[in-house]
Amino acid sequence: MVQSLSASGVSVSFEGLKALSNVTLDVPREKVTGLIGPNGAGKTTLVNVLTGFQKPTSGQVTLDGEDIAGVPPHQVRQKGIARTFQSGRLFSDLSVLDNLEVTGAGLGLSRGVAAKKADDMLEWIGIGHLAERMAGGLPYTDERRVAIGRALMLEPRYLLLDEPAAGMSAEEAVELTRLIRRIVAEVKCGVLLIEHNIGLVLNICDHIHVLDSGEVIEVGPPSAIKASEKVRHAYMGTQADAEGEVL
Amino acid sequence: MTALLQILFDALSLGSLYALGALGIALIFGVMRLVNFAHGDYISFCVFAMLWPSIDAAAIVFAGKLPTYLLVPLILLIGAGLSVLSEIVVFRRFRNANPATMMIASFALGFVIKYFLLMLYSSRPKSIDLWSNLSQQVEIMGARIPPLQVITIVVTIAILLALTAFLKRTRFGLEMRAAAENFTMARMLGVRANMVIMMAFAVSGMLAAAIGLILVTQTGTVDINMGANLMLVAFVATVIGGLGSLPGAVIAGYLIGAATVLMQVVLPPDARPFRDAFVYGAVIVMLIWRPNGLFSSKATKQRV
Repeated sequence: MVQSLSASGVSVSFEGLKALSNVTLDVPREKVTGLIGPNGAGKTTLVNVLTGFQKPTSGQVTLDGEDIAGVPPHQVRQKGIARTFQSGRLFSDLSVLDNLEVTGAGLGLSRGVAAKKADDMLEWIGIGHLAERMAGGLPYTDERRVAIGRALMLEPRYLLLDEPAAGMSAEEAVELTRLIRRIVAEVKCGVLLIEHNIGLVLNICDHIHVLDSGEVIEVGPPSAIKASEKVRHAYMGTQADAEGEVL
Repeated sequence: MTALLQILFDALSLGSLYALGALGIALIFGVMRLVNFAHGDYISFCVFAMLWPSIDAAAIVFAGKLPTYLLVPLILLIGAGLSVLSEIVVFRRFRNANPATMMIASFALGFVIKYFLLMLYSSRPKSIDLWSNLSQQVEIMGARIPPLQVITIVVTIAILLALTAFLKRTRFGLEMRAAAENFTMARMLGVRANMVIMMAFAVSGMLAAAIGLILVTQTGTVDINMGANLMLVAFVATVIGGLGSLPGAVIAGYLIGAATVLMQVVLPPDARPFRDAFVYGAVIVMLIWRPNGLFSSKATKQRV
């Protein structure tokens, strides 16, 4: 069996407008795969396709060999693909602990077991002290960590992080890097990281896909992406010498 | 002092009824953004369920003759059943419709229930003797209080505590709170959407049944419009409390109850027939002051 989450030949069009065309991407287990590209390149649309939020117009999505295109989001989550959202999307009227618990409940756990797992998860991430706080009043970075904790409930096989470092300071980003490394090492997830912070992506990813205008324009290890003319062109719009400034 | 005690009990018992009604409406609004205008007709339906269908002026008491320990659960069950049935038959089909459409559907359902009762029982109010000894006043510290008032207040507080425990401690309660804040997100996390909504309807229906039992004991009459006035006040209370906020609905219910009783006392006798105009005037002032209600839920203030 193939241990990966993959999209092959996926296209999505919204009323004639092509958001993704013929995209192929592979997220292997226990690795960090990066997905970068300019705004509007289709990154979030691709994540939506992989998690069942968006049905692809054509193409295949497979989870460890099983076709999951068109499976609704909550079933995708039950099969072991979890995600975070660009804007946290926590239940702001619920406590941090309840936010994690409700995910456990949604996955079929009893209240007691869900509470125990949620507690353990918060400790594991290092935010146990926030358990009783209302999610609505959290600082930005804590909100992100809670969202990651919520996604990690019941150890998913794949974790898709949609711009987890947005709005973070340099130190906070380093901390996030550490957390992602731990997730790969200890939870043994395959991680797909969508990020605008290129430094972070180059630093942590084993493999990077670059998306532009709905197409994958480059795939490779960080060193190859750094050297790629095409990538620089996509970001800068010119081939002007900008090495070191963008990448 | 005794006058004050009298006012306090009047305000608390009237407020309790409004609070229970507002809670029933707020629960459903929370999980599916539906203002269920049929809620008042659930109340009437539960009361009529105690009678044998007949268009005679005299009520033929049927289930109402059961001993209390059977009658109360039976009526609560009927309330829950009717409410859940209306979700399955009507509201489920409007799951993705806009709130206005759902509201119209609830109006329609209300009329269906009302005319169903009209058909079986005629429009004449009937008198029924249910626990009428509870309305005979007893003296407590000089004030003349019917035991029913005390029971109403105590039962309401018990219901509120039980509901709070249900929402805080059980898996269903947790899922319901999450669904109330962001239904789509909760659903994506695998929360059992239909079960949660049915549970909300069941609880809401039981609240309607409880109101019905209290009302009919208080007035001694059954009338197909008996739920309508209360429904209106309860709806106003949910708006004042902040739509979707359960504590807000309860507190606003008590506030309106208190305001009504207070107006009755402080208004000059000539103005008393227009008491409700003054109460609703206060409601308008209140909404100008806080258009989103006293406790607008945080969900509506989320950063963009």
